[in-house]
Amino acid sequence: MIKNGKADKTTDEKWVLRLYVAGQSPKALTAFENLKKICQEQLKGKYSIEVIDLLKNPQLGAEDQILALPTLVRKLPVPVRKIIGDLSNTERVLVGLDLLPNS
Amino acid sequence: MKKTASKLTIKSLQKSPSGIQGFDEITGGGLPTGRPTLVCGSAGCGKTLFGIEFLVRGATQFNEPGVFMSFEETIEELTKNVVSLGFDLEDLVKNKKIALDYVRIERSEIEETGEYDLEGLFIRLAYAIDNIGAKRVVLDTIESLFAGLPNQLILRAELRRLFRWLKDKGVTAIITGERGEETLTRQGLEEYVSDCVIMLDHRVTEQTSTRRLRVVKYRGSTHGTNEYPFLIDENGLSVLPITSLGLNHIVSNKRISSGIPLLDKMLEGKGYYRGSTVLVSGTAGVGKTSIAAHFAEAACKRGERVLYFCFEESPNQLMRNMLSIGIKLEPWVQKGLLQFQATRPTFYGLEMHLAVTHKIVNVFKPDIVILDPINTFVVGDKEHEVKTMLMRIVDFLKSKHITALFTSLTSGDCTLENSDVGISSLIDTWLLLRDIELSGERNRGLYVLKSRGMANSNQIREFILTDHGVELREAYIGASGGLTGSARVAQEALENAEVLTRKHEIERKKREIDRKRKALESKIAALQADFDSEESDAVKLIKTEQDMIKKLEQDKMEMAVSRKAVMGKRAPGNLK
Repeated sequence: MIKNGKADKTTDEKWVLRLYVAGQSPKALTAFENLKKICQEQLKGKYSIEVIDLLKNPQLGAEDQILALPTLVRKLPVPVRKIIGDLSNTERVLVGLDLLPNS
Repeated sequence: MKKTASKLTIKSLQKSPSGIQGFDEITGGGLPTGRPTLVCGSAGCGKTLFGIEFLVRGATQFNEPGVFMSFEETIEELTKNVVSLGFDLEDLVKNKKIALDYVRIERSEIEETGEYDLEGLFIRLAYAIDNIGAKRVVLDTIESLFAGLPNQLILRAELRRLFRWLKDKGVTAIITGERGEETLTRQGLEEYVSDCVIMLDHRVTEQTSTRRLRVVKYRGSTHGTNEYPFLIDENGLSVLPITSLGLNHIVSNKRISSGIPLLDKMLEGKGYYRGSTVLVSGTAGVGKTSIAAHFAEAACKRGERVLYFCFEESPNQLMRNMLSIGIKLEPWVQKGLLQFQATRPTFYGLEMHLAVTHKIVNVFKPDIVILDPINTFVVGDKEHEVKTMLMRIVDFLKSKHITALFTSLTSGDCTLENSDVGISSLIDTWLLLRDIELSGERNRGLYVLKSRGMANSNQIREFILTDHGVELREAYIGASGGLTGSARVAQEALENAEVLTRKHEIERKKREIDRKRKALESKIAALQADFDSEESDAVKLIKTEQDMIKKLEQDKMEMAVSRKAVMGKRAPGNLK
């Protein structure tokens, strides 16, 4: 069931993910690790992750309305989704990314 | 570092002027510099505007750029909304005087997974602050975060950190918060921002609304503790620090005419004191407004500025009515010396009236202010409030050295003095107009109930409205008391008649004396004539006698000559 739903959704789409962090904080590192793991498992080969360090580029924060850090923004496929936190709760991340089919 | 910090605190708290009219007076200089201030209040009470004005004034008047972080309105909305108040945010943003940042949080778009913090907000704020070198920050309304972020524990911890961080940044910040049920703010922000708390209120009592501002607390500073009414109009906010006034205004010995010569005469012949408060009270239709209009006209003739608040009549109606008694006010309006301000008392609340009065007086800068009439303010059971309001107005006008004239309508069923007792202590000169009902007529009488600092007349004068203005008649005090109207006329006629008969009597006496004198004179003339004739007779007799003597002598001489006497020469000697 899950695999079918996932496959339907993700067959031909390209996933653009953007992870906003502030420096090399433990939370940022954890989030990045978690994100990589999830992507490897669910979206192998069709995703790109852009990490934006707001400490270096603070002006980028306003564009995606970033408040909390770390924040993961799903730019593509639309609609834009936001997930805040260190992404340690995988199930919630999958819900947030719309990778779990609504049962 | 530590030393300078402690030195500063010992010196006294530094304050950043808000530039909001009146607010800096009640806080003794503005908001605490480098500290966050909480501005709370219910919806629509002016929190956002307070924040915006703080920034705009800071940027334009005190050269302190500011950051406005909005959590509710978008930048476009905000810019549009404050144009009506004369603030051009676009221009200020262009000139890097103000930075606007809109923070949008949509609960439905956000999924929480694990640990996070609000560093993003900090970074954005820091970026905006550093970008324009901001000294001031407004966060409006940060409580929206509570709706957007589910994890309250993190949020509260982060807010605490945020306010700490703002302090460390050294920016003077305003944080707005929605008023809660029993707390100052719905989310208890006062817990975090405790240096200065300002409460805005928008209350409706008896269908009239008034905005009020109160400084709930201000650490390290004294401040006015009352609720102050404030206005929002085309010039932004203005707060009225009225009750902070003391009783130490400068007094004047100068006198100004009331416009009615005989009334001046009742007040030592000089009129009111400049800067004093005059109350004209009386029952309906007794001529209070006429006295006020006279005063206004006289002041305008002297070239003074008069501000006339009418709460019952429209300016045009008032001018027309005054024209009927020969007072022309319109030319002065055109010249700009006289300004009418007509509003119904019920148009807005008392505080608002007060606020409006302040504002107009400050703009127009009059020498004389007339409030006609004051007691229409009393709607329902608000006498105490009216009194406080009037006290504030009186104090305010006195401090500005403005002569004030109030009229007050007293109802017929209570004694005149009693009905105004509420404000009598505020009044310097109190003129009482009263009806005198006597012999089937209703006439007007005027007397000076009190007049501080002068020996005023104690008489009741009759007060007459003529086509050339108010006339006061010298009081007629007869045996049966003061007389007015036709009774006075009758009495005057009676007296006139009396005077006339007296005059006749005098004439008659004069004539009699004349006649007597003439009789005497004719007698004297007759005697004189008698005497004259007697005298001439006597003279004639003497003459003949003398002639006779001469004749005799001559005869003797001739006889002697004829006798050829030698001794002839001696003979006359012997005869002698």
